[in-house]
Amino acid sequence: MQEKLISYNTETSFIHSLSGLTKLIGFILLTSTVMYTYDIRIIVAMLIFSFALLRLAKIKFSQIKLMLIYVLVFLLINEAITFLFSPQEGVKLYGMSHEVFRFTERYVLTLEQLFYQITKFLKYISVIPLGMIFLFTTNPSELVSSLNRIGVNYKIAYAVALTLRYFPDVQKAYVDISLAQQARGIDLSRKAKFKDRFKNALLILIPLIFSTMERVEKISNAMDLRGFGKYKKRTWYTTKKFDLKDYLAISICILILIATILFSITVNQGRFYNPFR
Amino acid sequence: MEQIKERDPIIEFTNFTFQYYTQSEPTLYDINLKIYPGEKVLILGPSGSGKSTLVHCLNGLIPFAYKGEITGSLKIKGYETRDLDIFRLSKFIGTVLQDTDAQFVGLTVGEDIAFALENDNVPVDEMRKRVEEAAKLVGMEKFLKSSPFELSGGQKQRTTIAGVLVDNVDILLFDEPLANLDPATAKRAIEIIDELHKNLGKTVIIVEHRLEDVLHRPVDRVIVINEGRIVADMNPHDLVSSNILTSSGLREPLYVAALKYASVNVESKKTPGYIFTLKLDEEDKNKLKKWYKQGARNDDNDDNDKSPSNSHVPLLKIENLNFSYERGRQVLKNINLEVRKGEMISIVGKNGAGKSTFAKVLCGFVREDSGKMYFNGKDMSDMTIKERAQVIGFVMQNPNQMITKTIIYDELALGLRLRGVSEAEIEDKVKEVSKICGLYSFLKWPVSALSYGQKKRVTIASILTLDPEILILDEPTAGQDFSHYSEIIDFLDTLNSLGVTIIMITHDMHLIMEYSDRTLVFADGEIIADTQPSSVLTNMELVQRANLKETTLYTLAQIVGIDNETSFVQHFIDYDRLVRRNNARKVNFV
Repeated sequence: MQEKLISYNTETSFIHSLSGLTKLIGFILLTSTVMYTYDIRIIVAMLIFSFALLRLAKIKFSQIKLMLIYVLVFLLINEAITFLFSPQEGVKLYGMSHEVFRFTERYVLTLEQLFYQITKFLKYISVIPLGMIFLFTTNPSELVSSLNRIGVNYKIAYAVALTLRYFPDVQKAYVDISLAQQARGIDLSRKAKFKDRFKNALLILIPLIFSTMERVEKISNAMDLRGFGKYKKRTWYTTKKFDLKDYLAISICILILIATILFSITVNQGRFYNPFR
Repeated sequence: MEQIKERDPIIEFTNFTFQYYTQSEPTLYDINLKIYPGEKVLILGPSGSGKSTLVHCLNGLIPFAYKGEITGSLKIKGYETRDLDIFRLSKFIGTVLQDTDAQFVGLTVGEDIAFALENDNVPVDEMRKRVEEAAKLVGMEKFLKSSPFELSGGQKQRTTIAGVLVDNVDILLFDEPLANLDPATAKRAIEIIDELHKNLGKTVIIVEHRLEDVLHRPVDRVIVINEGRIVADMNPHDLVSSNILTSSGLREPLYVAALKYASVNVESKKTPGYIFTLKLDEEDKNKLKKWYKQGARNDDNDDNDKSPSNSHVPLLKIENLNFSYERGRQVLKNINLEVRKGEMISIVGKNGAGKSTFAKVLCGFVREDSGKMYFNGKDMSDMTIKERAQVIGFVMQNPNQMITKTIIYDELALGLRLRGVSEAEIEDKVKEVSKICGLYSFLKWPVSALSYGQKKRVTIASILTLDPEILILDEPTAGQDFSHYSEIIDFLDTLNSLGVTIIMITHDMHLIMEYSDRTLVFADGEIIADTQPSSVLTNMELVQRANLKETTLYTLAQIVGIDNETSFVQHFIDYDRLVRRNNARKVNFV
């Protein structure tokens, strides 16, 4: 019944054994690489690399299936909208126009546009595994301490930690309250009209908010009494020490970023790879 | 004691008065109190007596989080507290707040213990070492990596205590440490506090209203607070020999009540402060024996007073009920039960024994795997949650989780409005129910103006408007002091006498004894006993399996030399009910 935190799983792998800070820095470096480049060759390489990392982190497909579907749907909509709003973006970028299909005068599908949108699609797709690896292999407390160590205010970072900590509790309270209110006659099923359902949901939210506020007061008192907010800095119990693995991992990520930038400047003379020229 | 007093006090209140800015009168009046290093002091008082305010003054939450006007002086370790901030104070006084569940800030035990050190910028290596040492003091060193969901109530409390010990404070302040703990865990908590006091030599202050539970282990002094003033500062023997407890709205220990019923003179020289120091002479023992024998005869006649109706069809019948949340982990196993109209039943058992799940299955919140349930002979399996609610009402523990409307009238009317009843009919019903519940004159009030006990009444009343025949209550008296307890439970008793069948899920031994006629003991998803409360409370195996503790009445019976402890306890229950009923007749129910 009582589940552990939603995303984090306690496997042991090379990725798990890295410090949270390493993973955060690695995530930022690799994501920057993918975001920087529009070279489809590099992007495909990164895509393969990030799926390999996913494998290394022992994350199963079933764990990320739902998230993947959401992202895919979102990306496809995004692609459609890109085409609707700027159908000639590729032509502008690559300076050529190979017409493939003419819908109307304005909407002309070109090879350039197709190539641009595929590149963009792959770019986003290759970021997803990186994000998942970070979320699934980093203990929430470690995540918070790494956020703090790269400069996020620790009070804000702790608010994130507490949200994660109390999320299952609030979830449970929601279920209990909703059942008790259903017993009083609140209909949350599809049988009720939309307007009523909205009103009824409010009847559950009010007690949930009040009982959550009660909790918040207790927690903040408990934290004050144990000296939270005393100094501008604090240390973190969950901090993992940096060792060789961490330096190695960060070095690899930095190398990838630098190599990508150098390749772009020297070979492509810009962020884009242009096969049409 | 004497040599302690020669030293300087570690805490010293002088003519100390405190008034919240939001209140028109002071909450604490002219407090004068000295506590010496190494002492173990109990601060006792009913809800609203000012004892929580006193705690907040000590640990610095006043004036840090709650603002008000302070006059007089409060010195801790010689420092005037108004010159200290909450952080400096927290280095002297470590506070263990009530409800350890809600104050668990870390995601693991180790992290939670480390919290104060993290805030103090202690380097990680040193922190790990100190966390482990503190965890060892409370026996939690093997659980450093566990998440709070994997811990029992007692383990959470130990973690919280370690989180305070890690800072090496001089004074340990326990704010209602027993609230929300079952009797066995509460007993264990008092033992841990006692061990820490003995082994570490720290000054220990326990703030509680459950006197009998705290006095499971010795304390140096008891300070009683009522209506913002100190009304007693004495040792437990003098305290229970006086009438201060009753006049302050606090509950006497059960064995003391029994002694008084038997006309035994309770005086300090009998050292009656603890059951384990109680000295009774032959005359006293004879008085108790006589009282017991005399009662045994009278009670027989009285027995039919409140017996349930003897109709052939039980109100509720449950056959071979099984339930599991996930396959392979059965929560309810083969439950068989008959409930007759007018019964008042208590359900006891450890956390996770299946009590709450049982209530959920009855209300239709979750569906049984197999088995049958009949209400008045009618199969309940086709009934929806909404339909079941019309015959079985469920009252949650925390009224704030149930109340959705701002005005009491609307809250009471909600269930009927959602069922499309006409406003005229609703008004009649709400008025009728509010009269029974003593809420009639409050109907136009906002809910927020009510006390906790009154809010509880509102939630019960809002369920009663649907005319359920059975009322299930989850921990109706948890965390309540004697007067709120009495307020809630007398009200339930009145409902019961009007024919409502009542089922209470509870850990409260007083509630079980004083008000229920029948107790069901749940263990590992099964009903392992279904009998009268006195038999449960004097059966050591049941007591242990349900996380209860033996009542001091049982010990008293042994001291006196009465063989049949169960019958002695039963006699106390019957006699006590008679006394209370006679008192209730004198005071009209408002």
